[in-house]
Amino acid sequence: MKKFTQHTGIAAPLDRSNVDTDMIIPKQFLKSIKRAGFGPNLFDELRYLDEGQPDQDCAGRPLNPDFVLNQSRYQGTSVLLARENFGCGSSREHAPWALDDFGIRVVIAPSFADIFYNNCFKNGLLPIVLPEAQVDELFKEVEATEGYQLTVDLERQVVVTASGEEFAFEVDGFRKHCLLNGLDDIGLTLQHADEIKAYEARRREAAPWLFDAIK
Amino acid sequence: MAGKTLYDKLWDDHLVRQNEDGSALIYIDRQILHEVTSPQAFEGLRLAGRKPWRIDANLATPDHNVPTTERSAGVDQIADPVSRIQVKTLDSNCDEFGITEFKMNDQRQGIVHVVGPEQGMTLPGTTVVCGDSHTSTHGAFGALAHGIGTSEVEHVLATQCLIAKKMKNMLVRVDGELGAGVTAKDVVLHIIGVIGTAGGTGHAIEFGGTAMRSISMEGRMTICNMAIEAGARVGLVAVDDTTIEYFRGRPFSPSEEQWDAAAAAWKQLVSDDDAQFDTVVEIKAEDIQPQVTWGTSPEMVAPVSALVPNPDAENDAVKADGIRRALQYMGLQADQKITDIKLDRVFIGSCTNSRIEDLRAAAEVVKGRKVADNVKQALVVPGSGLVKTQAEAEGLDKIFIEAGLEWREPGCSMCLAMNPDKLGQGEHCASTSNRNFEGRQGFGGRTHLVSPAMAAAAAVTGHFVDVRELMQ
Repeated sequence: MKKFTQHTGIAAPLDRSNVDTDMIIPKQFLKSIKRAGFGPNLFDELRYLDEGQPDQDCAGRPLNPDFVLNQSRYQGTSVLLARENFGCGSSREHAPWALDDFGIRVVIAPSFADIFYNNCFKNGLLPIVLPEAQVDELFKEVEATEGYQLTVDLERQVVVTASGEEFAFEVDGFRKHCLLNGLDDIGLTLQHADEIKAYEARRREAAPWLFDAIK
Repeated sequence: MAGKTLYDKLWDDHLVRQNEDGSALIYIDRQILHEVTSPQAFEGLRLAGRKPWRIDANLATPDHNVPTTERSAGVDQIADPVSRIQVKTLDSNCDEFGITEFKMNDQRQGIVHVVGPEQGMTLPGTTVVCGDSHTSTHGAFGALAHGIGTSEVEHVLATQCLIAKKMKNMLVRVDGELGAGVTAKDVVLHIIGVIGTAGGTGHAIEFGGTAMRSISMEGRMTICNMAIEAGARVGLVAVDDTTIEYFRGRPFSPSEEQWDAAAAAWKQLVSDDDAQFDTVVEIKAEDIQPQVTWGTSPEMVAPVSALVPNPDAENDAVKADGIRRALQYMGLQADQKITDIKLDRVFIGSCTNSRIEDLRAAAEVVKGRKVADNVKQALVVPGSGLVKTQAEAEGLDKIFIEAGLEWREPGCSMCLAMNPDKLGQGEHCASTSNRNFEGRQGFGGRTHLVSPAMAAAAAVTGHFVDVRELMQ
């Protein structure tokens, strides 16, 4: 997995709550059997005026000028500011894949849906929860200044504003460790293979009906 | 020491390792795979040279992409080439890794969350995961079940474990008796209306109370299915005799020799009387009316007798803005009657409501009636081949066809419109599915979530109507 240590980049404000994963990447693009290439279809229904199709070249499609990421001042955005319950709905990991492929490294919101939040960490993308008042303040600052950049320091667990103000955030210790070092979960888990086998043997003893039944 | 909740018990039973940093390894008894969220996981295994840890913990079936029209010629008959490749990829991955799969035209094929319990793959006391957020469905059986992403699908295939952190406990207690015509779907929509679409975030929700005990397994599945629409990855219902009886004689259920031991273990799967919940929500069954969603989030829901809300009456500016945006997308006016909303299409199906009981409830309403002229299409999509066979044995297919509804092959269908079943731009649909998000059922489509009986009533009248008026 891609490492995440520190990042500085242009921030864009996506000012709506309950942004669901259908909105982040609509279903027709989930037919791909690949992990990459979802970036051009990130927020497809908000971003374009027509209905997108899989494998279509998006270069000639009509853009929605009202959509924040289409505005010239937000080109090159890598930090997305969002509202409450970001990433609700479907478990599709295509949502963080699309954000990542587009170039987003950080999403900051007052709250995230659980599955999306979890999926981000598997893909080197950092979701940051800040109190609503701080998110509001960031929205105001970003909207007020063209080219506004935020810095995120995962080691120190702070978001640093353009004026140098710091907002601390919480992150689970294990997830932080994996992101900082770009570690592969599966490899880590397999270090405990003996414990898994021991558990499995106890389980087979206690609930034998759960073994060798599906064939 | 306080007693344990059902969730606490399930968690403790599956704990392989607790790390000092709060993360844990939990053992996964069952994984269900489908074509959309598994290809990248299998590819990951191949690239790393890994094999599945335990083949017999997995079951696969294609559901999201499959056509629901005549498909006897098999996968090559799937018109959309991208969908066809995805279904074929599931088939070849399962063949390569030796995983049991019910392929598209196997009679046991269907929606993953219908198939798992139907086969006795899901059992009380198990952990069940699937790359699909509606895996919460399986919690109806006292199983710890939740949706996961594709990286985790790969992780479970490779290690039979998940890295997890314990959730908080929430109890939603529904006490009293449900009125006639009020179904499990109305119960869960009402709950989501009360606690909100993020009300259960970070929690496992146990649905309890006296009303839950009289709800069938199908109904309990409908309720747990939509726990995720309240933000909770996990929904749970305590095991009782109804749960245990459900599994007698199912293909992957315990054998006769194992049955008594299994049933005895399952009976322990209830929250202790003195268990502590972080949050408790109390709901009176008598307060629940047939529900209809009017907006673009499942929490935007109201009784069928209500008016569409007025954003000007909302004090919270963000919420008022959300209502305005939703009304604009849905093409509705503030303060209009919900019963004045006209329907273009009706969809009866999905992992929420495509089981035999759902089809019976819909058939009872449409029997002897005809689909209204303004309804262009009314689809009935059974949840599995076995549900379809059962419904046909009961003559339900004939009732639907005579009333002018279409009787289809099993799959996810118009719930998320990955196959050809979809809404046109601006069309209103009475849908028994679980999400009314913008574009969910088709680009620009307008979804109203309802129970099967309410969808059937809407089909024959052409607009929303309190199904109880048709039942008199």
